[in-house]
Amino acid sequence: MALLSVSNLEVEFKTAEGVVKAVNGMTFDVHEGETLAIVGESGAGKSQLVLSFMGLLAENGRVAGTALFHGNDLLQMKPKELNKIRGRHIAMIFQDPMTSLNPFLTIEKQMMEVVMHHQGLSRDEARSHAVEMLRAVRIPDPEERIKQYPHEYSGGMRQRVMIAIGLLCEPELLIADEPSTALDVTIQAQISELVSELRKETKMSLVLITHDLSAVAEIADRIIVMYAGEAIETGTVDEIFYSPQHPYTRGLIASVPRLDRVSDDELQAIPGNPPNLLALPEGCSFRDRCSEATEQCYQRPPLWRAGSGRTSRCFQGIEGGEIVAEPTGEGEE
Amino acid sequence: MNSEAETKTNELPIDDPFAELLIEKDVRGRSLWVDAWQRLLKNKAALVSIVIMLVMLLLIVFGPMLLPWEGDFTDWDNTSSPPSLKTGHWFGTDPVGRDILVRTLEGGRISLLVGLVATLVSLLIGVSYGAVAGYYGGMTDRVMMRVVDIIYALPFMFFVILLMVVFGRHIVLIFVAIGAVNWLDMARIVRGQTLSLKNTEFVEAARACGVDHHAIIRRHIIPNLLGVVMVYVTLTIPQVILVESFLSFLGLGVQEPMSSWGALVNDGAQDMESAPWTLVFPAAFLTVTLYCFNYIGDGMRDALDPKDHL
Amino acid sequence: MKQAGVLRHAAVRLLGLIPTLLVLITIAFFLIRMAPGGPFDGEKVLPPEIRANLDVNYHLDEPLLQQYFRYLGQIITGDFGPSFQYKDWTVNELIARGFPVSATLGGLAMALAFVLGTLIGTVAALRQNTAVDYSVMGVAMLGISIPNFVVAPLLILGTAVYAGWLPAGGWDWSWQRMVLPVITLALPVIAYIARLTRGSMIEVLHSNYIRTARAKGLPERLVIRRHAFKPAILPVISYMGPAMAALITGSVVIERIYSIPGLGSYFVQGALNRDYTLVMGVVIFYGIVIIVLNFIVDLLYAWLNPRIRYDEAQ
Repeated sequence: MALLSVSNLEVEFKTAEGVVKAVNGMTFDVHEGETLAIVGESGAGKSQLVLSFMGLLAENGRVAGTALFHGNDLLQMKPKELNKIRGRHIAMIFQDPMTSLNPFLTIEKQMMEVVMHHQGLSRDEARSHAVEMLRAVRIPDPEERIKQYPHEYSGGMRQRVMIAIGLLCEPELLIADEPSTALDVTIQAQISELVSELRKETKMSLVLITHDLSAVAEIADRIIVMYAGEAIETGTVDEIFYSPQHPYTRGLIASVPRLDRVSDDELQAIPGNPPNLLALPEGCSFRDRCSEATEQCYQRPPLWRAGSGRTSRCFQGIEGGEIVAEPTGEGEE
Repeated sequence: MNSEAETKTNELPIDDPFAELLIEKDVRGRSLWVDAWQRLLKNKAALVSIVIMLVMLLLIVFGPMLLPWEGDFTDWDNTSSPPSLKTGHWFGTDPVGRDILVRTLEGGRISLLVGLVATLVSLLIGVSYGAVAGYYGGMTDRVMMRVVDIIYALPFMFFVILLMVVFGRHIVLIFVAIGAVNWLDMARIVRGQTLSLKNTEFVEAARACGVDHHAIIRRHIIPNLLGVVMVYVTLTIPQVILVESFLSFLGLGVQEPMSSWGALVNDGAQDMESAPWTLVFPAAFLTVTLYCFNYIGDGMRDALDPKDHL
Repeated sequence: MKQAGVLRHAAVRLLGLIPTLLVLITIAFFLIRMAPGGPFDGEKVLPPEIRANLDVNYHLDEPLLQQYFRYLGQIITGDFGPSFQYKDWTVNELIARGFPVSATLGGLAMALAFVLGTLIGTVAALRQNTAVDYSVMGVAMLGISIPNFVVAPLLILGTAVYAGWLPAGGWDWSWQRMVLPVITLALPVIAYIARLTRGSMIEVLHSNYIRTARAKGLPERLVIRRHAFKPAILPVISYMGPAMAALITGSVVIERIYSIPGLGSYFVQGALNRDYTLVMGVVIFYGIVIIVLNFIVDLLYAWLNPRIRYDEAQ
């Protein structure tokens, strides 16, 4: 059985200008020990997706569907039950390390409270556990530095502290929402490497959210490509990189600058902008930017599947695959 | 306000960056006001307050003309009589037989007059001081703001009282005294705005075009200060009315026969056991006025910059 | 390292206060002297010799500038001089009589305002945009708008005159006589702090570090107590300085209404009777009090906000 099993997840926001559908029927599984990457442009709905089953949506957000963790539906849980899971079995780290730590509390306090609350450790036990974790994420001189405040740490160090906090209770699932986006490239590499190493010890699953396709090639097992709130293609790393089926995926891969193909040509960007979620185009949401669009694309494209976990939502389909359900827009699968 | 800017853009070629900036400023300026106005209209509390204030204003200005007697007319047949339709004294009378309704409305004239004029004084001093400090910056600014800090720390009410005692209770003096003591907040805000405006691109563009300091202040800085100033004017008026009523309450405000709401409340408080209506009506009018102005000021502040709270 | 930073910060601020004091004294001095009529122009017309004697005794015959410097000298040694209207008392003695009363009133009012205000503001923030929030904030706005000299008579009418629960005024250090004046004095400050706290708390609750705290699986009550409260309170701490100035100002009227023999009462009396030294003394004394209190508030703020401590130490 999968560790996390999400079915038909939908997230809506009530705004002054209308209802915005940020996530439109996502279905996927996360298995033990695997790394799932969710890739897409800003506004694709990636963050809202995970915030929804972590219970961290904004007040005007509504979520529908199911998210089964070890068989229990996270979306139906009362706050008390959800709190037993958050921080302990599922941990999350966020995009902006500069503001994600409380500037008024020491690192020590912010770390100790996690283990003291979830595992009932004493102060001393909690402190030494926290120091060890800081050491594991390679913060120098952890016994001294743990007593400092967040503003005394650099951005990269703060993100490492966030990772440390996430790992304190040895969660089964770690969700990382664009962990390196706010940091510069060299730090990005360090963070990636760090996370990989730490996971070797445990069989922790990782859900990595990013807009940078190239960053996931090394560490992801499977990839979900999201666009305008939907999964438009899913597959293993190899499948996605070596035989991308959806025009958007192909566009993403083509837009990454490559060392092995140095040329004087311009970088290939996907033209246009992501659609306004209040006014989605008719039919396929990618239609306006797709170089391969046809008349057909004014209809909603069907979901193609080839083997387990390999899907594409496009009229072009997948080789050797079959249409899963008629495009009704809801309740597929 | 923008006719000169428009002529300028007509003369310059289209791809001149300065022309673009000037055009941009035009468009940006207009949509800011429209935007703010729409936001204000959505603020129910502010809207209701505006309506109430308009009604109050009408009552105060025209009411006394419509009533059969003046504030100092003493009706000896009806002293200390409670509000009643029979006697024609809808708000009752005080121990000397003066009609409370008329006195309240006339008191409103004084209170609002003081409010507006003292705020005007405050505005003039505050805006010029703040604009100069913000615009010239550097040492000038630091010295000027230090002075503001020093004065801010002092118990200003005491100084107002001192001024009243020293110079007597002439009404013009009250305007000046209250205004002179209240300009600090305005100066600070205006200085802050000017500082940030000074560094915007369109001011730099204007300077690069050779426009002189005076003109820059007049054409670019002051119109953009309007919004912020309006908010603080609306918030200063109730403060000033409050100070004046404090003074009147202590016996240091406007002199008889002029009577502001503060003085009426003072009188009413003395008779509150025997004739509570002498206290209640002026107090209610005063409170409602302050309440409404506060909501309007708050609403305007939210409309112009929804993030800027308190 | 951090402690040294805070102390140096404090010392610098302290030095900056001296010009403020000087300005205060100078303005007050020359203002009061400009008043037409002197302290002895009462209803009785005094014979000229006695008048001359009084003038000499109180140094009123000296040139103004000389009087000013003499006064400055006196102040430095802490002597505010004799009262002009209460012939047997010095200003120092009067201040010593009146200040404890006013300070008690003010202190209690400030404490009440802080506790109630932050509580109410927090509750409103937690129930943002509900009926509770709107009604609480509406009442708070009323609290700010309604002048204390309107509230006081109404309270007195309600509790003392009609219901007879509490005495209507006067002062004998009993708690019964403290209740009404403290509440009346505190009301606008409670309201302002409530509004301030609500706005601040709402902002804090939307910040990323609160999201992190929730993601850690901490119960909401703990998140608010440990993570949200301190940052949300900072603007309130900053406001304490102006709040105390407002309380001092308010006390003038409150003491009048409730017939309380505090410093505010003495001041008003002195102003009406042209008691130069008393008026000067009270203004300067309160000025010093405000300056010192502001200073303490600054220190408190710096202590609570680790970022400031850090910056200073650098």
